[in-house]
Amino acid sequence: MKSATSRYLLLSTAVIGSLSLFALKNEDKIVADADNAGLKLPAGFGALKVADTGTRARHITVTPQGTIFVKLNRPTKEGQGILQLREGGTGKASVVAGFGNYGGTGIYSTKDYLYASSDEEVFRYKLNAKGEVTNPTQPEKVITGLLNRQQHESKSITLDQAGNIYVNVGAYANSCQVKDRQKGSMGRPNCPILDSAGGIWQFRADKLNQTYGDGTRYATGLRNVVGLDWNAQSNQLFVMQHGRDQLHDNFPELYDTKESAELPAECLYALNKGDNAGWPYTYFDPAKNKIMVSPEYGGDGKKVSTGSYLAPAMAYPAHTAPNALLFYTGTMFPEKYRNGAFIAFHGSWNRAPEPQKGYYVVFQPFKNGKPSGPYEVFADNFAGTPEKANAGRPDHKPCGLAQGTDGSLYVTDDKAGSIYRIVYAKK
Amino acid sequence: MFVLGALAWAATPAAAQKKPVSKARSAAKPAAAAIPAASLALGKTLYVQNCLSCHQADGGGVDRINAPLTKTTWVLGDKAPLVKVLLNGMQGVEIDGERYANVMPAFDYLTDQQLADVLTYVRNSFGNKASAVKATEVKAVRAANKK
Repeated sequence: MKSATSRYLLLSTAVIGSLSLFALKNEDKIVADADNAGLKLPAGFGALKVADTGTRARHITVTPQGTIFVKLNRPTKEGQGILQLREGGTGKASVVAGFGNYGGTGIYSTKDYLYASSDEEVFRYKLNAKGEVTNPTQPEKVITGLLNRQQHESKSITLDQAGNIYVNVGAYANSCQVKDRQKGSMGRPNCPILDSAGGIWQFRADKLNQTYGDGTRYATGLRNVVGLDWNAQSNQLFVMQHGRDQLHDNFPELYDTKESAELPAECLYALNKGDNAGWPYTYFDPAKNKIMVSPEYGGDGKKVSTGSYLAPAMAYPAHTAPNALLFYTGTMFPEKYRNGAFIAFHGSWNRAPEPQKGYYVVFQPFKNGKPSGPYEVFADNFAGTPEKANAGRPDHKPCGLAQGTDGSLYVTDDKAGSIYRIVYAKK
Repeated sequence: MFVLGALAWAATPAAAQKKPVSKARSAAKPAAAAIPAASLALGKTLYVQNCLSCHQADGGGVDRINAPLTKTTWVLGDKAPLVKVLLNGMQGVEIDGERYANVMPAFDYLTDQQLADVLTYVRNSFGNKASAVKATEVKAVRAANKK
């Protein structure tokens, strides 16, 4: 925890500049890499590579004691689907344990438990006073039997402050066509996917062996959510949706390749129980600022939806694949970041033949629990070079976010397995 | 065999990122003469229209979402299974140890000649070198596929 004194010093850096940087050096030993781990950051920020795991590192969580847990997309050869890392004095970490022989994405920790998901189930592990897992081979099964039909298979998780856990079940289709991703194939009436996927389900975090019948479909009409987080200020669940693909491929007479690259927006939604965000019947056009009818359901690129669907709280460039959402509550970063959202954009593939985009972490300012003002690209160049980003051949793909005990920001990469830590005024 | 050797070289980790294209091409020059230029040109147009958005301009696919068309026996091996992928689409098949999440739709509405051209192009682009696919071959696979 930061003391009031160090907070004062941090705030003063903006005014005094390098003098306060010097003062901080004696207090903290976390050292940013000379090249900021290859990232481009706002002034005053630095970054280090905590570890190069060589794994498909999906989501990440840091316990109050500073133990780092990373969920892997598939287990290592040793059968480890969750890595436990411990940092040394300068911030460089080593893998100290691994367990959980299943691939997946979701991971979340409270003071007492570590929650992790496969693509069908959610498990929890007891944490001891040191933030270590006590039952690595015998987790409790919290949720079971969630649908996994390969497409949009990740089960991302977050908890609220009332003992509920929220799980994304992605739709196993692009736009609920009769034939998925087939040119000209129309939408299935009353899309049957939505009964068990394409939404967020709510369960109890402390009840075991729950399945669909024990939970509540909290929100529907969400194609695929990989990044989600609970906003403690507004006491509300926020999610980032991956918008639909291939408007031009499937309806070339209605959308050209440029329109297809810019439509639809990747959307941030502020959810209330019972909300419907409109997939597959609609998509969001950021230029028109309107919810549009999908071509599979009678849309023509101009028809505005008249349905009562939830409007996005904010919109971001199309197809950039938001894979993590984190509300920042720390005090290390300057005041403007507090209670705002960081969003990790994994990067696009279906903007081709237009240049690909993403491979960055965005900061979205919030005020009183609502997005306020334009977003900024906060951490860029995970790709390595602009050319690699444009070609869709990045070196790294940001995928998970976590806040460290000191308020630093951790970012995972599921391409090369690097774990980054972004710090303020530590250079 | 010389061609296969060059491809195996290109598939080694050190060479995976850089320049396998030129090496494979020069090594396989004799085979290149047999590929009809018209088929390649038409195939390219068809690739851009039908394939590029998923398989990408470099044929490399998308990590864990859309399969790559390079350095795989699915593309470079027997033609019949490859033609069937285009006729029937594909999902959930493990390719060289990897699974790809997205559905590949069927392209059975393309003509035998169009499928032959696009496959000839794919088998001779992105560092690939393999024999051309003929419309008659596609026709035979399509006829057997219907049963």
